[in-house]
Amino acid sequence: MDLHDLTAGYALDALDADERARYEEHLASCESCREELQGFWEVSGALGRSAGGPMPPVSLRERILEQARSERPNVVPLRRRVAAPALASAAAVAAVVAVALGIWSLGLSRDLDDANSRLSVLADPNARVHESDGGEANLVVTPTGHAALVVRMLAPAPKGKDYEIWVFANGVPKPAGLFEEPGVAMLSRRVAPGQTVAVTLERDGGVDAPTGDVVFSASA
Amino acid sequence: MRSRDLAHLSDEALVALVARSDESALAELYDRVGGTAYGLAYRVLRDEALAEDAVQEAFLGLWRSAGSFMPERAKASTWILTLVHRRAVDLVRREQRRRTEPLEGTPEAADGSAEEAAWLRLDRERVQAALAQLPDQQREAIELAYYGGYTQSELADRLGQPLGTIKSRMFAGLTRLRELLDDGSERTSWTSTT
Repeated sequence: MDLHDLTAGYALDALDADERARYEEHLASCESCREELQGFWEVSGALGRSAGGPMPPVSLRERILEQARSERPNVVPLRRRVAAPALASAAAVAAVVAVALGIWSLGLSRDLDDANSRLSVLADPNARVHESDGGEANLVVTPTGHAALVVRMLAPAPKGKDYEIWVFANGVPKPAGLFEEPGVAMLSRRVAPGQTVAVTLERDGGVDAPTGDVVFSASA
Repeated sequence: MRSRDLAHLSDEALVALVARSDESALAELYDRVGGTAYGLAYRVLRDEALAEDAVQEAFLGLWRSAGSFMPERAKASTWILTLVHRRAVDLVRREQRRRTEPLEGTPEAADGSAEEAAWLRLDRERVQAALAQLPDQQREAIELAYYGGYTQSELADRLGQPLGTIKSRMFAGLTRLRELLDDGSERTSWTSTT
């Protein structure tokens, strides 16, 4: 199937779950589709604004605000299990949509080399994208094993802590980099097909072997 | 209750505040977009409780993950409506309750200022005029997909057309709509130099 010709269907939400997932994977590496989609999304946004349904009950506003208050600010509970597979979590959808609209923050790049190496991995048309088991992040791996983690749903690391990335080689976790908050983190170690990448919370600066629980993991 | 300070901010600035867990910014965004979002969800779902669920899920999704976004290249309201629509379509497919007959009447926006209501009405008239200019088959494909929640494969079955034909109609229709809506906004632009 030609994935490019799914753009209109995607903008209208007219793809089934399978097509949608494949198209979203494709979007990560196709600039022309992202551009086309942005234009189509403005059109479907206009269709949405002119749908003309009734007004919501006044109670809905308070219900939403109450629920928002009751959650820890902007911390997404890690989902170990997806309760209803047909319905992706709203937060995951929000992240995917933001990526596709081109409004995803690539994070504050600390230097240009770092930014370039992120782009070389993320823009590689042959890179494979693997979603973490709880949907918190995508692991992007090029055919040469260069890898990046695109982390979208995670609380920033507490003061004095870092998230540490591990690549399992023959069952042994090897340190592969640190990050503090959602964004794009480059792995300092290559990832082979079938290998597992995991993230734990460790003390500032990282450790040689993981001590914390696995926050999330993904298999290449 | 609108905070006087927030009323002057753009939708995008409000999203940035939501990312910093500012509840009043979330409330202000809801006041601006919530009514439209609910109307859209209701049109797709035709059920009050499910429409409320779709809107609530979308706004909570925004609350939880706004921190990851830099809303500079798209309208925040488009982003929110996209989230609501996605949710509504997923729900309507799960509930097997698709309805395609038009809504009865087009209620006026009941919240916000009279000025906002007027803008919304103008907007709606512009979109309806653009839809009316599409060839029937393109308009049908777009309306059934977007407001009816049908997938393109279901549309192919329902309309007895090859899938490729449905895809072409949706693509051609959206492309034409984009041109028509762009033209419309140029005509009303005050900054034209010609």
